[in-house]
Amino acid sequence: MVPISYYLVLSAVLFSIGVAAFLIKRNIISVFMSIELMLNAVNLTFVAFAHQWHQVSGQIFVFFVMVVAAAEAAVGLAIIIALFRTRNTLNVDQVDLMKL
Amino acid sequence: MHLVLFFIFGGLCVAGALNLLFQRHPINSALSLIVVMSTLAVLYLLLGAEFLAAAQVIVYSGAIMVLFTFVIMLLNAGREERTHGSKAAYAIGIPGAAALFAALAYIVLSNGKHLSSARLGDYLVTTGDLSRVLFRDLLLPFEVTSVLILVAILGAVALARREH
Repeated sequence: MVPISYYLVLSAVLFSIGVAAFLIKRNIISVFMSIELMLNAVNLTFVAFAHQWHQVSGQIFVFFVMVVAAAEAAVGLAIIIALFRTRNTLNVDQVDLMKL
Repeated sequence: MHLVLFFIFGGLCVAGALNLLFQRHPINSALSLIVVMSTLAVLYLLLGAEFLAAAQVIVYSGAIMVLFTFVIMLLNAGREERTHGSKAAYAIGIPGAAALFAALAYIVLSNGKHLSSARLGDYLVTTGDLSRVLFRDLLLPFEVTSVLILVAILGAVALARREH
């Protein structure tokens, strides 16, 4: 028997590590991977609550999040490739055209 | 049994996530993210979500991470260097994430008495249960996601194509 709150705390740990990696990482692909980590942490919360309330809709949510994450990864990586072609760098500090 | 499995795979999951955070080479981060996603599939199985566990392995640690490693190798991404921005990010990022975790853990643990415990095999959602909801009540959203995927594929091809 595992309390549901353990799963929620694990999910909070993963989400916080994802936020830290998002802020710290300088490589744009690593930043993108930390977004995926945060999405996964939220998915774990959905599945834990689906188990708690014995509802299927929590798992349906996770299914749709997976679909959208797959689409997002495809488009995001295409944007990264286009960015590398034009600017020849993956460092987010050097991609600053929109800065004042 | 359930608790032991939870601690083994939860610990592996957190270790993989920390490795993602501290590795400086993107390919190492990508491989540790595969560990995180595979252990999450086991945790889904412990929570009785068998279809999602399979989908997690196939979609996330299969398709998406192959795409990531492919792009990392295609662009020949090297170690990330330290810049001024990264020092500021360390100074703000680590305490910020720790504060976020403290807030989330406080909310969860202070409301923990309202939550029940998960027992192994207590609640199992089979693929049949999931597809009954998905194809009967939520048929329109399901079909709309296929349009979304199609648009994403077209957008990815248009963005990544070399222009002449």
